[in-house]
Amino acid sequence: MTAPFDVYDNSVVVIIGTGAGGGTLANELAQKGISVVALEAGGRHLPQDYLNNEWPSFSQLAWTDMRTTSGDWRVAKDFANLPAWIVKAVGGSTTHWAGASLRFQEHELRAKTEYGDVEGANLLDWPISLGELEPYYDKAEYKMGVTRTNGIPGLPGNNNFKVMKAGADKLGYKECHTGRMAINSQTRDNRAACQQLGFCFQGCKMGAKWSTAYTEIPSGEATGNLEVRENAHVLKVNHDDSGKVSGVVYQDLDGYQIEQKARVVCVAGNSIESPRILLNSASTQFPDGLANSSGQVGKNYMRHMTGSVYAAFDKPVHMYRGTTMAGIISDEAKHDPSRGFVGGYEMETLSLGIPFMAAFLNPGGWGREFTAAMDMYENMAGMWLVGEDMPQESNGVTLSDQKDQFDMPVANVHFDDHPNDIAMRNHAYQQGMAIFDSVGATQTYPTPPYPSTHNLGTLRMSAKADEGVVNGFGQSHDIANLFVSDGSQFTTGGAENPTLTIVSLAIRQAEYIENQMTEKSI
Amino acid sequence: MNTISEKQHPVAFVQPASELMKMSRRQLLKRGAVIGGSFMVGGGFLAASSASWALEVKSLEPQVMATLVQMARDVYPHDRFGDELYAVAVKGHDDSAAEDKQYKAFIEDGVVSLDTAARERGQASYLQTGWESDRVAILKAMESEEFFQTVRGGLVVSLYNQEAVWAALGYEGSSFEHGGYIKRGFDDINWL
Repeated sequence: MTAPFDVYDNSVVVIIGTGAGGGTLANELAQKGISVVALEAGGRHLPQDYLNNEWPSFSQLAWTDMRTTSGDWRVAKDFANLPAWIVKAVGGSTTHWAGASLRFQEHELRAKTEYGDVEGANLLDWPISLGELEPYYDKAEYKMGVTRTNGIPGLPGNNNFKVMKAGADKLGYKECHTGRMAINSQTRDNRAACQQLGFCFQGCKMGAKWSTAYTEIPSGEATGNLEVRENAHVLKVNHDDSGKVSGVVYQDLDGYQIEQKARVVCVAGNSIESPRILLNSASTQFPDGLANSSGQVGKNYMRHMTGSVYAAFDKPVHMYRGTTMAGIISDEAKHDPSRGFVGGYEMETLSLGIPFMAAFLNPGGWGREFTAAMDMYENMAGMWLVGEDMPQESNGVTLSDQKDQFDMPVANVHFDDHPNDIAMRNHAYQQGMAIFDSVGATQTYPTPPYPSTHNLGTLRMSAKADEGVVNGFGQSHDIANLFVSDGSQFTTGGAENPTLTIVSLAIRQAEYIENQMTEKSI
Repeated sequence: MNTISEKQHPVAFVQPASELMKMSRRQLLKRGAVIGGSFMVGGGFLAASSASWALEVKSLEPQVMATLVQMARDVYPHDRFGDELYAVAVKGHDDSAAEDKQYKAFIEDGVVSLDTAARERGQASYLQTGWESDRVAILKAMESEEFFQTVRGGLVVSLYNQEAVWAALGYEGSSFEHGGYIKRGFDDINWL
C-alpha cells in the first residue's frame, strides 16, 4: 500500500506532529517501508514563504491556539496566554529553532544519582545511558549536517560572536566557539550554505538550517510510504476494549471530524500539546487520560533555566547581522555544586530585531529607562543563558476550564521556579554581565525568560512504570502501541538545547518500532 | 500553499495619511488652529504646527488624537523621533473607534482622565502640561489601569514595527533580498 491511505486502514502508524521528533520518525519509518500517516495541525510553509520580519512571521508560524498559565513565573503575568513560543506548521519548531545541536553529558542522564536529593525536585535517572545514545547522536549529526562533526567546518563568527569571544578570553573561558550548528557552512545535502541572513527564528530562507519541513518530510514522502495531512488538528486518541490505541480523531480545515485508524500511535505535538491530547483522551476505561497509571502525564514540565543579558557599548556592534545563535561558551555547563546549584548552563549568543526587542527586553516596561536601552540597539551585543532546570511534580500541564475553537479543554501550564533555578540564573546573569563588562560594556540589561522555546518532560521516560510515562524507547508503560516521540520524553532537561537529542531518540525509536512490528508485538 | 503578504498584517504597515500631506502650512491653518504642544487641529485632521506631517482623523476628536500622540511619546520617549512616528503609532485607535462605539468611548474617557489628572495638578490639560516629568507623573499614577495598558501595549508593536523607527535605531530589517549579511558587514566589528 502506498500513500494516500484510507482512514479505515488500521495497518498504518499515525504520528501526531511533524517536528524534530515526529518529522524524523515519519521519515525513518517510511524509509523502512512502514506506512505512516502524519497529522500536522499547521500548514505547510517553506523557505519561499518565510518572512524576514518578526511580527508577520510570528503570525505565519507561531502556535497561538489558546493556552492558560499559572505559577510564579513571569511569563504567566506578561504573556498569560503564550506560555511557549513554538511553531504550528509542517516542520514544527525545527522551522524557527536556532540550530544549536548539542549532546547530553553523561552525568546529566544520571541526574538523580549525580545530584542526589534536591528538596522539592522530582529528579530521576533516565532509563538509557549516553553509551546507548551515542550511535544515534552520530547518525543525527550526520543527518542534520552539524558543524564541527563529520568534517563539516564551523560557521564564521559574526559581530555578536566576536564580542562574546573577546569577553570569554578575558575571563579565561576555554570552551568558546561558533557552535555545533545544524546550519550548512558549505552547500550540503542539496541545500545552500548560510548567507548570514539574521532571521533564523523566522524560518531559514536559504534552507541552510536543517528543518524537517524541507528534509525529512519530503524524503519520507518520496518513498510513497508517508502521507502528511496538513491542517489536521488532533483532538484525541481512541482505544479499543483491550486497551490498545486504535485510532486518532482530528478536525480538518472544512470542519469535519475524522478518525484515522492506526496500528501504532506516536504523539509528537511538543510538550504542552502531547500531554493535553492524552488527558483529553480520557475514557471510562482510562478516566485519568491515556498512559496515565502513574499519574505523571503532564507533570514534571521543564523549560530550562533561561534568561538573557544584553549589553550596550560606546561603539556599534550590529548584532542582528548574521546567525542568531552565532557562538557558545560551554565552560559553565559542568556540574559544580561549589557554585551554589546543581547542574550547569550554556551561554549562547542571541539577537532580536527591534520589534521583538521592544516586546521582550523588559515586558511591561516604559519611559526613559526603557527607551534609553532601545536607543542603544545599534551598539548592543546579546547572549542567552540556557541551563538545567529542576523537574517539579507540581509544574506541568493540566486541562483548563477554558475550551478552544474545537470545544476541547485547553492546556494550562503551571510553573514555579525552583530555588536551584533561581540560583543558577543569578550566577548566569553575573557571568554574562562580567563577559560584556570585560570588553567595555557601558550598560548591561538582564532580561527575564521569554515564552518557552524549550518545553520538556511532561511524558517522561522512567525505568519504573510508577515514576514516569514511557520506557527508554518512548513506549508507554501502559499501552504497548502508544509512543511519545517529542521532548515530552525527557526525564531531565540537561543544560543542552534539546533538538539533537529528540532527533536521535526518534531514529532509535524507529528501529524499535520496526522490530516490534516485525515481531508482531505491536 | 499559504502565503501571507506583509501588507496584510494588521500592524506591520500602518499607512500614514494622506491628501493632507500635500497641503501647505497656510492651507492647513485656514482649516484649523495650533494647540498645546506642537500640534495643529482642525475639522477631521491633526497636523504638526509646522505642517511637516498631517493625519486624517475619522472618528475621535482631533484634540483627543493629539493627546494620544503626546501620551505615546511620553510612554516611549525617543527625542530623535518626529511626532509623525507617534501619530502613525496611535492612528489605529481612531480606526478602531470608527468601528466600535464602545471603544471610542473607552478612548475618550481615557483622555478625559488624563486631562482631569492634569487639572488636579493645576494645568489646563494634559497637552498643556509643559514638562515631561509632570506628564510622566500623571501616567505613572494610572499605569495599572486598562486605558494606560491598552495604549502602551499597542505601542510596543505599532511604534516599534515601523521601518522609519528601525532606520532611526540602526536596524536594517529584511536581508534575504539583499543577499544576507555575509557581504554586508556581518563580521565587520573593528574596535575589540
